[in-house]
Amino acid sequence: MGSKAKLGLVEALLAEQEARSCAVLTLRWLARDAGIERAMCAMVDGESGRLEGWTGMGLSLAAVESFSLDLADRTHPLIIALDGGEPIAFRDSGQSLPRPFETPLGNSPFYAIPLAGARNAPGSGLLLVSSGESPLLEDVLWAAELLGTRLAALQYHRAQIDDRRHKRERTWLLSIINAVTDPILLTDVDGRILIANAGAERLLTTEEDRSEGRRRAVALNNMLFSATLFNSGAGNKSQELVLVDPSEGQELLFEVLRAPVRLRPGESGLVSVLRNVTDLRRASEEIEENYRRLRAAEAATRAERDRLDLILNSVFDPVLVTDPEGKIMRMNPPAERMFTVPAGRGGEVERRVRVNDAVFTSFVSNLYAGQSQLWRGELNLLDPETGAPAPFEAFSGKVLSKQGEQTAAVTILHDLTEALEKAQLYEQVKHHSEELKERVREATAELAEQNELLRRQAFQLEQASAMKSQFLANVSHELRTPLNAIMGYTHLLLEGVSGEMSRAQRDKLARVDANARHLLAVINDLLDIARIESGKMPLQVDRVRLPELIDEVMSEVEPVIAGTRLEVSRILSPELPEIETDRQKVKQIVLNLLSNALKFTPDGSVTIRLDHDCDAGEIWIAVSDSGIGIAEENQKTIFEAFEQANSSYARRQGGTGLGLSICRRLADLLDGRITLVSKLGEGSTFTLFLPCKPRSA
Amino acid sequence: MSEANAAPLVLVVDDVDHGREIFAEYLEFRGFRVATAADGLEALEKAFELRPDVILMDLSLPGIDGWEATRRLKQDERTRGIPVIALTAHALASAHEKAREVGCSAVVTKPCLPKELEQEVRRQLAGASEENQAKP
Repeated sequence: MGSKAKLGLVEALLAEQEARSCAVLTLRWLARDAGIERAMCAMVDGESGRLEGWTGMGLSLAAVESFSLDLADRTHPLIIALDGGEPIAFRDSGQSLPRPFETPLGNSPFYAIPLAGARNAPGSGLLLVSSGESPLLEDVLWAAELLGTRLAALQYHRAQIDDRRHKRERTWLLSIINAVTDPILLTDVDGRILIANAGAERLLTTEEDRSEGRRRAVALNNMLFSATLFNSGAGNKSQELVLVDPSEGQELLFEVLRAPVRLRPGESGLVSVLRNVTDLRRASEEIEENYRRLRAAEAATRAERDRLDLILNSVFDPVLVTDPEGKIMRMNPPAERMFTVPAGRGGEVERRVRVNDAVFTSFVSNLYAGQSQLWRGELNLLDPETGAPAPFEAFSGKVLSKQGEQTAAVTILHDLTEALEKAQLYEQVKHHSEELKERVREATAELAEQNELLRRQAFQLEQASAMKSQFLANVSHELRTPLNAIMGYTHLLLEGVSGEMSRAQRDKLARVDANARHLLAVINDLLDIARIESGKMPLQVDRVRLPELIDEVMSEVEPVIAGTRLEVSRILSPELPEIETDRQKVKQIVLNLLSNALKFTPDGSVTIRLDHDCDAGEIWIAVSDSGIGIAEENQKTIFEAFEQANSSYARRQGGTGLGLSICRRLADLLDGRITLVSKLGEGSTFTLFLPCKPRSA
Repeated sequence: MSEANAAPLVLVVDDVDHGREIFAEYLEFRGFRVATAADGLEALEKAFELRPDVILMDLSLPGIDGWEATRRLKQDERTRGIPVIALTAHALASAHEKAREVGCSAVVTKPCLPKELEQEVRRQLAGASEENQAKP
């Protein structure tokens, strides 16, 4: 090979600044000037610690690029070749070797030629050249050395540039992170601090000569920080961290943001950014406190409002709160009834509500317009549902703020309907009462008049009665006095006071005497009737034994009986009770009945029967005779005055015609009665019935 | 008081002439001594003066009536013991009761037969003498 060709490569490589291009140029030169068909250049990558395929010639690009060997694999034949520093010839990469391997050159003989200096030194690499059976050419070794030297030179130069640039960038980076006030730290997996900015140093580092307190604070901060590192675990979620300010001593709250970083292959680290949120937290706490207070105040207000609502709603009368424009702000249900339109209602209801609203607003505006704190008035509202007039008495009061501003007005409406109704009712009642009073007055007057009239009538009656009694007494007296003379003189003559008289004279005087006696009997009977009828016949009620009374009567009429041929008998029932009655009156009746029986029975018998009926409460005395009897048609009138069934016969017997009339009246007086059973020509039975006890008892 | 053994003196008081006459004549006929008076005042005077054994007193008298006269007789020591028989044409019970209240010993209703009146006078005289014996 000519020196001209070699010079060309040297020139080309020197002109080329880029390492990979240098490799390409060299491979091309080998192909053209040294007859190498296939070759590959692999270079050590300091970063990854691997031998990487760089460029190839006559080879698959993919195979070249995928070529990569770990430098740590020191038993690998190629790594051994790289470390050996001498070219090694491989027959093949297959079975002949203790450890087979593959290269992009395939399974053919090749040389592995280390480039330039020692391993890891700049420009370190391996040139693989296929050789066939031919020995390695000098030119190939030369070219490899040249490329190694050139790459080493390029590497060094670049390293220098890089170093400068790194230094500069590091300075910048430090400036940047120091400019950030938040502490920023980079730590390794063990938690050792690799980088800390000024903010972090202030908290986490100190000099020996600093105060004890500061050192302790720093020690504490380191402990706390480390704790968060290991507690945080994986992930970059934020954490809170409390540290102590070593200079000021107060607590600082940080929010820790973390991000994992790769320090070098297989070694990760952690970037921690501590954001000082102390003030933020304080502010946030203040905000929270304020918010809480606000909530509490709001709750209190709500409670107060609820309480107010409760109070308002419990008021039966409508209550409204209005703003100074007269707009209704609050109202209770009774007020709602008057001033709101229920859902789904319109038309008349809505119109009435509007009317009410207008009336109310007008009323409230008076209050605001006026100076007084209170305003009272009457509102004529309408019941929204019925349209009926709803009169209300309204009391409005201003609600003033502390500054004396009118903030609202409270109005209470009092339903006057009831009051008005009551008033009307009262008027009605009063009216009726007056009417009643008037009527009572009239009635009283009338009553007084009637009383007066009655009193007068009673007086007149009393007078009349008294006069009647007096008249009777007088008549009796006036009749008796001349009769006394008639009877007296007749008696004197008959007694022979004025000398003896002839038989004819005596007979005639006897007639005078008999008629005078009859007249006296009539007068006495009339007087009895008059007394009974005028109520002047007093009763003397006693306990009376009728059998004894009958004995008395019998003995009184004994002389009469003796003058007849009549058979007179008594039949008394045993166990007759005593009765309460007027003994004299009963005796008079029985005497009369017995006298009649004797008079009107020419012959035969007269029987007195005495019996009683406890159940009926009656006792009776029956006087039966076998005398002339009374015709049926006369039986009814027999008890009337001056009625005698057989007048001529009766007159002959000396009756007055008043006896039965008196008997019946007396029986009435004694609450009894007299009955008659008779048949003409066969006799009569008169029965006096008396109650066992008097009515009054 | 009348003399012993003499016939009893009866004072007949009646404003009616025939009333006095009938009883006076009959009682005299029957053996009594009789004095008469036509009104209450005369009756009192005669009673105090004559001290009769019995007095027949008509109740209806002009001036002092029979009831009043009897009351006065019964109030006077001298005449208290003389029985008074009331004679009246009044048939009413009230007149009789009133007579007994003022002190009459008996009441006889007119018309009254002279014979019956004599019996009553004798009854009263018997009663009065019994009383006098009882109170000597």
